[in-house]
Amino acid sequence: MNWAGLYTVLSGVNRHSTAIGRIWLSVIFIFRIMVLVVAAESVWGDEKSAFTCNTQQPGCNSVCYDHFFPISHIRLWALQLILVTTPALLVAMHVAYQQHQEKKLLVLTGHADPKHMEEVKKHKMRISGSLWWTYVCSVVFRLLFEAVFMYIFYMLYPGYQMVRLVKCEAYPCPNTVDCFISRPTEKTIFTVFMLVTSSICIVLNMAELVYLVVRACARRVQHNSNPPSGKGSFYGHKLSSEYKQNEVNQLLTEQDGSLKDILRRNPGLQEKGDRCSAC
Amino acid sequence: MDWGALHTILGGVNKHSTSIGKIWLTVLFIFRIMILVVAAERVWGDEQDDFVCNTLQPGCKNVCYDHFFPISHIRLWALQLIFVSTPALLVAMHVAYRRHEKKRQFRKGDQKCEYKDIEEIRKQRFRIEGSLWWTYTSSIFFRLVFEAVFMYAFYFMYDGFRMPRLMKCNAWPCPNTVDCFVSRPTEKTVFTIFMIAVSSICILLNVAELCYLLVKFFLRRSKKPVNPKHHPNHENKEETKQNEMNELISDSCQNTVIGFSS
Repeated sequence: MNWAGLYTVLSGVNRHSTAIGRIWLSVIFIFRIMVLVVAAESVWGDEKSAFTCNTQQPGCNSVCYDHFFPISHIRLWALQLILVTTPALLVAMHVAYQQHQEKKLLVLTGHADPKHMEEVKKHKMRISGSLWWTYVCSVVFRLLFEAVFMYIFYMLYPGYQMVRLVKCEAYPCPNTVDCFISRPTEKTIFTVFMLVTSSICIVLNMAELVYLVVRACARRVQHNSNPPSGKGSFYGHKLSSEYKQNEVNQLLTEQDGSLKDILRRNPGLQEKGDRCSAC
Repeated sequence: MDWGALHTILGGVNKHSTSIGKIWLTVLFIFRIMILVVAAERVWGDEQDDFVCNTLQPGCKNVCYDHFFPISHIRLWALQLIFVSTPALLVAMHVAYRRHEKKRQFRKGDQKCEYKDIEEIRKQRFRIEGSLWWTYTSSIFFRLVFEAVFMYAFYFMYDGFRMPRLMKCNAWPCPNTVDCFVSRPTEKTVFTIFMIAVSSICILLNVAELCYLLVKFFLRRSKKPVNPKHHPNHENKEETKQNEMNELISDSCQNTVIGFSS
């Protein structure tokens, strides 16, 4: 299980995201994860072995390195990327649950043929209702994790710049000792790059949040001003559910028990139901 | 055979798990295995090379390292993850056995068999009841036991979960007491705490799943006996069907366009 595995897991979620969500996912995978794996890990690869202190005292090197770099940048970024990408799995779980419910409904109404089952699996879910809330929560969590890690970075490595020389006086170093960091300029460049992409991702997440909220409000306003009044209504699918409900009620008050038998004996009813659910 | 192969094997079990089981599997793969592979292995990568002792005595460093780190954290975690994910294979084996039986029935042309073809048998998802319930519950129980055992082993070996910077060693052949310095102690402490926290979350998920299965079992048992013979119960069936449909329609129709082509 590595970054490629995470990519496989998350690309499934992509289908049910908004356009901004897809852009965000591409930025994460190309400009952050790929840069981390392909470039940054080699820059930080020799961070400890090439950290040199001006002393022969055994242990001074290790202790000074640990004092100035409690957690390596690379590990912080890896944790950040994993935590930031995981809220999307909430959405994936919710979508899977809804698909499961749809399949159950198909089975109950007697439309459980492979074609319809495949359709359930393939069609894109609208982000409305409870899925909207799950999606918004996932975006909020993403923002939160990004902000928390940016803050941790600032706390641990204030100024984001990697200096060439650090002065260390932790035990067992005798007095104050000069320690030299390997590749400071390259590290500074990559740190700034990762920070910039992180900020871009924060901006994208905020834009997505605003977009979702505005869309929900617009939908509500439209719904209030145009109440559903017939087959040609804008909310055809919602109406079709009400219509379907009525059909189902009618069918279930018939004397004979089996729903399938009823539908078989009244093909006209079934067709009417089908026609209307498609409007 | 690596973590990817384990992911493939366990992905198949996922289909027959409860929702909590699926969440547990996701947490296991993303927050434990992935963190182990992507981050933790690098942190512990130079653990012996950079373990430095304040002595020139040959062999002292090796002996002290072995004394303080009988098994490396990374290896313990790898073993823990393998042991904890394997009970799920009990369930996979049981499901495979059931499928095999159904296929045998189907091939013999048994009238009771309700499947239309072999493909349907292969794709069918079994409900967790009967003997499968016992297998599933046993697998969760074993998972819990393994998690607890490894947490205890960890605590026993590395008293307190914290990695100190300096260790004092006086094993032979070190002359007197020698200062030894561990590499990256803070980073190691952070990752140790992280892995312990996620391990606790997994234990909680397993306990929750066990409770859920027990409650479901008792509920199912309490629903069974009441069945008046003289009362036509197709009305009750209608009601339950109606309720189920109402529920499904209100849940799913908000977000879907059920477009049946005429």
